[in-house]
Amino acid sequence: MILVLALTIGALFSLGTYLVLQRNLTRVIIGLALLTHGANLLLLGVGGKAGEPPVSGIDPSTMSDPLPQAMVLTAIVISFSVTMFLLALAYRSWTLNRSDEVEDDVEDRRIAREPVRDAEDRL
Amino acid sequence: MLVLIALHFVVALSAPFAARAFGRRVLLLGAAVSGVTFAWLLLRTGDVLNGEVLSEQLVWVGDIGLKLSVRLDGFGLMMALLVSGIGVLVFLYATAYMPREKNGRFCGYLIAFAGSMLGLVLSNNLLGLFVFWELTTITSYLLIGWEDTLESARSAAWRALIVTGAGGLAMLAGFILIGQAAGTYELSAITEAPPGGVAVAVGVGLVLLGAFTKSAQFPFQGWLPDAMAAPTPVSAYLHSATMVKAGIVLLARFAAPFSDLDFWQPVVIGIGLTTMLIGGVRALQQTDLKRLLAFGTVSQLGFMTTLFGVGTSEAIAAGVAVIFAHSLFKAGLFMVAGAVDHEAGTRDLRELTGLRHRMPVTFWVATICAASMAAIPPLLGFLSKELAYDELLHSGDWGIVALAGIIAGSAITLAYSVRFVWGAFWDKTPSGAPSAARVPEPTAAHEPGLGLLGPPALLAALSLLFGLWPEPAAALTGAAAEALDQVAEVHLTLWNGLTLPLVLSLVTIALGVGLIALARTSILGGREFEPRFAPDAGYRVFVDGLGVSARYVSAAVQNGSLPVYLGVILVTAVALPSAALLSTDGLGIDTSRAGSGIQIAVCALVIVAALGTTLARRRFVAVMLLGAVGYGIGTLFIIQGGPDLALTQFVVETVGVIGFMLVLRHLPQEFVRRRHRPTKVLRAAVAIIVGVFVTLFALVAFTARGAVPISDYFIENAESLGGGKNIVNVIVVDFRGLDTLGEISVVTVAVLGIVSLVFAVRRGRGGDPDAPVTELARDDVAEPAPSEAP
Repeated sequence: MILVLALTIGALFSLGTYLVLQRNLTRVIIGLALLTHGANLLLLGVGGKAGEPPVSGIDPSTMSDPLPQAMVLTAIVISFSVTMFLLALAYRSWTLNRSDEVEDDVEDRRIAREPVRDAEDRL
Repeated sequence: MLVLIALHFVVALSAPFAARAFGRRVLLLGAAVSGVTFAWLLLRTGDVLNGEVLSEQLVWVGDIGLKLSVRLDGFGLMMALLVSGIGVLVFLYATAYMPREKNGRFCGYLIAFAGSMLGLVLSNNLLGLFVFWELTTITSYLLIGWEDTLESARSAAWRALIVTGAGGLAMLAGFILIGQAAGTYELSAITEAPPGGVAVAVGVGLVLLGAFTKSAQFPFQGWLPDAMAAPTPVSAYLHSATMVKAGIVLLARFAAPFSDLDFWQPVVIGIGLTTMLIGGVRALQQTDLKRLLAFGTVSQLGFMTTLFGVGTSEAIAAGVAVIFAHSLFKAGLFMVAGAVDHEAGTRDLRELTGLRHRMPVTFWVATICAASMAAIPPLLGFLSKELAYDELLHSGDWGIVALAGIIAGSAITLAYSVRFVWGAFWDKTPSGAPSAARVPEPTAAHEPGLGLLGPPALLAALSLLFGLWPEPAAALTGAAAEALDQVAEVHLTLWNGLTLPLVLSLVTIALGVGLIALARTSILGGREFEPRFAPDAGYRVFVDGLGVSARYVSAAVQNGSLPVYLGVILVTAVALPSAALLSTDGLGIDTSRAGSGIQIAVCALVIVAALGTTLARRRFVAVMLLGAVGYGIGTLFIIQGGPDLALTQFVVETVGVIGFMLVLRHLPQEFVRRRHRPTKVLRAAVAIIVGVFVTLFALVAFTARGAVPISDYFIENAESLGGGKNIVNVIVVDFRGLDTLGEISVVTVAVLGIVSLVFAVRRGRGGDPDAPVTELARDDVAEPAPSEAP
């Protein structure tokens, strides 16, 4: 389990990273979803060996650790909300600009090009 | 004492409101605060002179040893008396000097400054002292930049802030090094049993740096002459008893315990003497009366630094006496310069002529103060300087070195004292002035009123009184010196007989007179002197370079591209922990549990689907495959023993795919193709690095679990405390209910955001007629009708 799970997590992170680094907002969202899956699996895997579902009455020694599961549960819901929000953003961007590409921040570009006026002001 | 310090700040905050009712007389409020402090200190003087020490403390942050602890010993008493006593006079003077407008804020700043300074001289905790130190930096910034419409005032204030602020930071680091080595931040405890070691030596060096910036020692002296852009009452206060004395106070406190460090004497004496000589020579070159005095202050501060640099009990005693004398005469001189400026309309000594006849009382006040500065008997300045000569003769080799430098510096001091009096009051031919037309009508200038003349006259009288009757001054400075160094004694006497110090004093006066005679046209002439080497060059290059390099750094780091930002973050996130991962021993990787057949099959499915969603050209395909990944993860949850997770995952994945579809039906079917190879390769490289790191991390982390899991508690108590059999559910809603509350908040915020984004008024940017608005409205018939823009 360990090796194959680690490889899966690594693949999810790798592909997610590749997508997140793109400019297309849909791909970024998909990439984020892959990263989330990877992170959830990692959290669960770190929690210990696979076991019986954590329900009272089952021998605790054969039970899987319930705490990471609770955390993953929270994480799934939160990442779902964030993904939906990003989708709404992509939709909005398309409505306004007919584009779902992430453009460079024009303000940052402008600051980078600007001459050093501030320092000269002081002298 | 703490109450008195707090009183300053309370009154400072209320001053702007009081100003509405009192107008300019609100400054008297400041005089009242300083007066109350002065009176309180006078009441305690008897006890303190008998060796009693008053202390109070207020624990602020106990865990890091941050206490507001104040201590009234002899030295603290002398400094506090100077701060509050001269404070009273400065406020009275300012009442007559300042224009009628905006006095509330000015008064507030000045009172806050006085309070910070009082806290600084009384503070017995290094960290508390630092807080007050920075407070004086900030309030002095506000005061120096008071004439905020003047470029010169703004840049002077800025410069003072940068230089003293930077020094303050160095000092804080020094304090922490010393405090950690000593195990306490209480100044009295540190001076009683000074810690040793390399760290402490470095710490003392950093503290010296802070003291040198604050007290305008070479090479940081430049901010002080600029700071005379402040209104004259502020200059009188800053340059006499307060701001610049802060560094000297610190030197004085540190001289006894730390002057036996190897570097103390050469460094401090060297810098002090350099400053004394440079300041003196520069003072001789100025044509602005206040600038002349400001460089004079630099020179005098160098004098005091030198004395504390020698660091013997005798030199410390002399240093204390010099601090006392300097505060009295320098405040008086600045007030006189302000009075002349106020009456004659200029401070340029080439334009001032004949005021000796028009303002005879002012002239005599100035002469007495200047004579005290020049160390002419029988004034207090003479007594303190002769004491310095006498003590330096008994202070070893370094004492003799310091003595020689100080005699030279004092001769220059005499010369610029004469230049000040001559420049302000003597008869001159107006041909020396560059614009004779601006020379004010002599009739316009007349004796200033009591408000402008009284305070400096009182200071001049004190300089004379303590010269003729030195016992009170000797008692006060004696107690101060004893607080710094237990064996230090102050012998202030006017006539000691025909001794070597007296001869040296006479030699100094002779040298000064000789200097004037040799360079008569320069010292008693209006020639303006432009230094060939601009002393500010270093500061300018530094500030300029800071701006330029900051620009390059932000242009390079913040270039506006989101993929670049993310790439940098990801690579950093991988690089730092993998360094830790590789350098840690004893992390085994257990590969024995490869996994069951079904696990391998599901994992393979997940990887293939993820690969497919990454490479897909069509959006629908990408989303469907993403859904497949999600279901695969859900299956893995089941295998891992988490049916709740799997259930949630399936629901979320289903709703997620529907959400994607709702949006994607508006978007084009295919992704825009980009054929830029280098960025693709770079992205792939980053992706592979991240993937490899995470795989390794997962392998190590899976087997690194050694501690007893806290979930044992949850398992045991889920039913009895949480009342549920499903332990995961009990954890979510009960044991860690706050997490779930946060989760619900996130969902709520996201829903609000989604609603506002989707149903927002559909409007093109800035009324652009080409904005794609109209055709969209058709698409949205299935959704609730959006409110149209009016």
